[in-house]
Amino acid sequence: MPTRILAIDDSPTIRGLVSRALKAAGFEVYTASDGVEGLGVLADADPDLIITDVNMPRMDGFGLIEGVRGSLEYATVPILVLTTESGSDLKARARRAGATGWIVKPFEDAQLVAIIDKVLGR
Amino acid sequence: MLQTISHNAQGKHDVIAFKLTDQDFCIDIGLVREIRGWSPTTVLPHAPHYVRGVINLRGSVVTVVDLSARLGFGASEPTHRHVVIIAMHEGRIVGLLADLVSDIVTISDDSIQAVPDIASDPAHEFITGMITFDDGRILRKIDLMQLLPDAPQYGG
Amino acid sequence: MSDMDEYLEMFFVECDELLEAVATGLRQMDEGTYEMETVHAVFRAVHSIKGGAAAFGLTDLVSFAHKFETALDLLRSSALDLSPQAMAVFHRSSDCLADLVAAARISDTRENALREELLIELEALIGEEDETEADVDFVPLSLDLGDFGGSPVGDRYVISLMAEADLYRSGNDPAALIRALEKLGEVRVTLDAGNVPVLSEWSADTPTLRWQIELETEALLSEVEAVFEFVEDRCRLSIATIDQTTEDPDPDLRDSQDPEPQDSDMAEPAITEGTPPAQTSPAPSAAAPRPEGRAEAPGAKAAEATTTATIRVNLDRVDKLMNMIGELVIKEAMLTQVIQTAGLSEEPEVVGALEGLRQLAGDIQESVMAIRAQPLKQVFQRMHRIVREAADATGKQVRLVTVGEQTEVDKTMIERLIDPLTHMIRNSVDHGLEDSVRRHRSGKPQEGAITLSAAHKSGRVQIEVSDDGGGIDRARVRSIAEDKGLVVPGASLTPGEIDSLLFLPGFSSKDEVSALSGRGVGLDVVRREITALGGRVTIASTEGKGTTFTISLPLTLAVLEGMLIQLDDQTLVLPITAVQETLRPDHATLHHIGATGRALLNRGELIPIIDLGCTFGLRPAPGDAHNGVLIVVETDNHKRAAFQVDAIHDQRQVVIKSLEENYGRVSGVSAATILGDGKIALIIDPEEIITSSTSDHGRDRMAIAANG
Repeated sequence: MPTRILAIDDSPTIRGLVSRALKAAGFEVYTASDGVEGLGVLADADPDLIITDVNMPRMDGFGLIEGVRGSLEYATVPILVLTTESGSDLKARARRAGATGWIVKPFEDAQLVAIIDKVLGR
Repeated sequence: MLQTISHNAQGKHDVIAFKLTDQDFCIDIGLVREIRGWSPTTVLPHAPHYVRGVINLRGSVVTVVDLSARLGFGASEPTHRHVVIIAMHEGRIVGLLADLVSDIVTISDDSIQAVPDIASDPAHEFITGMITFDDGRILRKIDLMQLLPDAPQYGG
Repeated sequence: MSDMDEYLEMFFVECDELLEAVATGLRQMDEGTYEMETVHAVFRAVHSIKGGAAAFGLTDLVSFAHKFETALDLLRSSALDLSPQAMAVFHRSSDCLADLVAAARISDTRENALREELLIELEALIGEEDETEADVDFVPLSLDLGDFGGSPVGDRYVISLMAEADLYRSGNDPAALIRALEKLGEVRVTLDAGNVPVLSEWSADTPTLRWQIELETEALLSEVEAVFEFVEDRCRLSIATIDQTTEDPDPDLRDSQDPEPQDSDMAEPAITEGTPPAQTSPAPSAAAPRPEGRAEAPGAKAAEATTTATIRVNLDRVDKLMNMIGELVIKEAMLTQVIQTAGLSEEPEVVGALEGLRQLAGDIQESVMAIRAQPLKQVFQRMHRIVREAADATGKQVRLVTVGEQTEVDKTMIERLIDPLTHMIRNSVDHGLEDSVRRHRSGKPQEGAITLSAAHKSGRVQIEVSDDGGGIDRARVRSIAEDKGLVVPGASLTPGEIDSLLFLPGFSSKDEVSALSGRGVGLDVVRREITALGGRVTIASTEGKGTTFTISLPLTLAVLEGMLIQLDDQTLVLPITAVQETLRPDHATLHHIGATGRALLNRGELIPIIDLGCTFGLRPAPGDAHNGVLIVVETDNHKRAAFQVDAIHDQRQVVIKSLEENYGRVSGVSAATILGDGKIALIIDPEEIITSSTSDHGRDRMAIAANG
């Protein structure tokens, strides 16, 4: 069974790019456009890993992480934060919120897959 | 596009030959999209005398140019023997009214001669070359570019 | 990668929406009573543009968006006051961002002076404190974020890892880390479970399991450390390099060779010397306490979990559909004709079926038109910027009010309205509004107002650009036109006709070409562009009160309701919108004026009669009006005329076909259509015919202007 990934980003372009890269790497990809939608589709997507943007309307990435970590079933699903900042501030915040790791935009497809592989131990 | 296949061999290409009165003319087959029988046109007001009008070609409005009138032979009296050669010219489609399509002829580029300097004949400026055959027949090659002035010069 | 282009195009489409969000948000902020969410939304939009731009390596865009975003972020955190100056910088930055997106779209890499200027202004807003260029790192980063310098290759590492509870909580997994190490080289793992307390004393918050990992690899230390990038403060970790040349892999030396663990404030975990390490190499996953509790979602897996209610469709596809519907309308007309010829047109069943077909074709057509319809909002929004720039250039204070932004018109029209509207707005700021001194003198507020409004009006879309300026100075317009030889001096002209002189090519009411409007474009170009869309422009002006330009546009470029008329053997179509009434003239209503002039007395008004047969050169002299039918038409300028035709056949919807595409413009003809018999019929442009048929010299000139 292919590994399932839920990608959450309010930008259709980024969603598209992430999906494309992940599908090419053989993942099964689900998408959502913000935190609220992300939590909403969590059970349907049943992800092995979540990739989320930080700045999103309605519910941002941190809110999503909190929600996922607070759930019973998905509390330890790896969550990677997509960020344009390589600065330490955001990483620290992501870490505090309970993110597994982060991916700095822009990323190359291979990098994205390598990070996911690392986190999933594939 | 047809243009790309007009050269069938090195230095050779096909032309469509047709008659106007008793002279043989031809145009590059690459420019020709299809040949249709004559059908009455819708008259365009204020059009130049050689513009016969417009016809419906599968939903497109296509101008029909009377070649005979254009080349100075006088306006055609179209009959069922007349044809409209549909040609593509710089993205625009145009119909050429001609007497009769006689043949598709393969000519070699080196058989094309320059037009003798017969000044003042209206046809002169539309003919870019002459192709002579062993049997004495002569094809006059027509330059669509010259035949059809730019759009602004047409209108009223 | 060709599909990247597709994503790039997708990004630009998204940018349009984001830019609009930025502009709208900033305008709300202008009004003062905004909520923090507005600032957040603007920030997010700029941020999204940056993120997408970074993915495509659009560096100019990224660095500018970054600076813009940083300033907005300060505003968000109330570290920046929203002064009018700051607001102005934001507006201009929004404009500049739009420019940069537009430039990126056409791969224009030229230097943008505005960008450089605004970067400095944004910098000034941000202040020096928190901006480091390192943050603007848009070069794709490699995995080794930590720069620990290169260490010699071909090394053996000894790694000690003690996971804290947070490591698991954050979704990390020691097993995954070890597998990542395995990718680097040969791994030997030892699990030290000696510290695991008895269950009663066990706490999830105290780490107990300790992994000893020997890694033989050619990787650099930095690459090994990168594996632990996400967990470095969630575990006690030590990585020691064992110099291969020392050749001393003695385990006893491990601890002594370990550098200080990173969490130096924590006591070094006690390692019982004598505890035989449990050999779990190489798969310690069994020991990894990652809960596997979550059940596989039963049965149906939802497909792509997006919940968007809209889809993006290539415009070509909609156009194709529209064309096919056009063909359907023609086929339906053909069928009607065939049925008529066959003498079946009285059969109730045939009539019913045909009517149903016609209805259906109409409905489909309307639905497709609705797909193509877009609110004018996107055009109107752009005009705010135009007004700002025009106000700056002229030193006038101007406010733009938009009304009816949601009015929908055909997508093609939206794009083609931008240029003419831009010019009209500039013209209104430049020529319409008075300077502040004159406004003050006439008791008007300093700030001039320009209103841009749109509404549906009797099957057409009406767009108005009005200003509260001084109105058209007709005496001046007239004298300029006379000076330039555009009208005969002393020609009798109505106020409306004088106003229309503004549309003449080469007319510029300012003595010198102004920097703003005088870009080689006159209102004549505006009129030509609008006419090309099947629309009309008219002017109304009241002295001291202002000027209003009205654009009237068809709802679609694809079909129109027309009246089929006969002229000799030709059938033509007259758009129904212009038709006021049709009548057969009699001796009481028909009047001759001079040798050739004829007029129709209609409700007390004398209306000139125009024989369309003559107009179109189908007959040399006007036919006898008594044998024909007269159609009274009115132009947008409220000029009336009676068209004389041989017969009126029918009224129906016709599909507009371009005549210009393969031929060119024909005066008095706006387009062509295909009739039921497959023949082409020309669509008459009544406006042009009426305007050009008047005899006055000045009016002739106007006709030339109208003809383009």
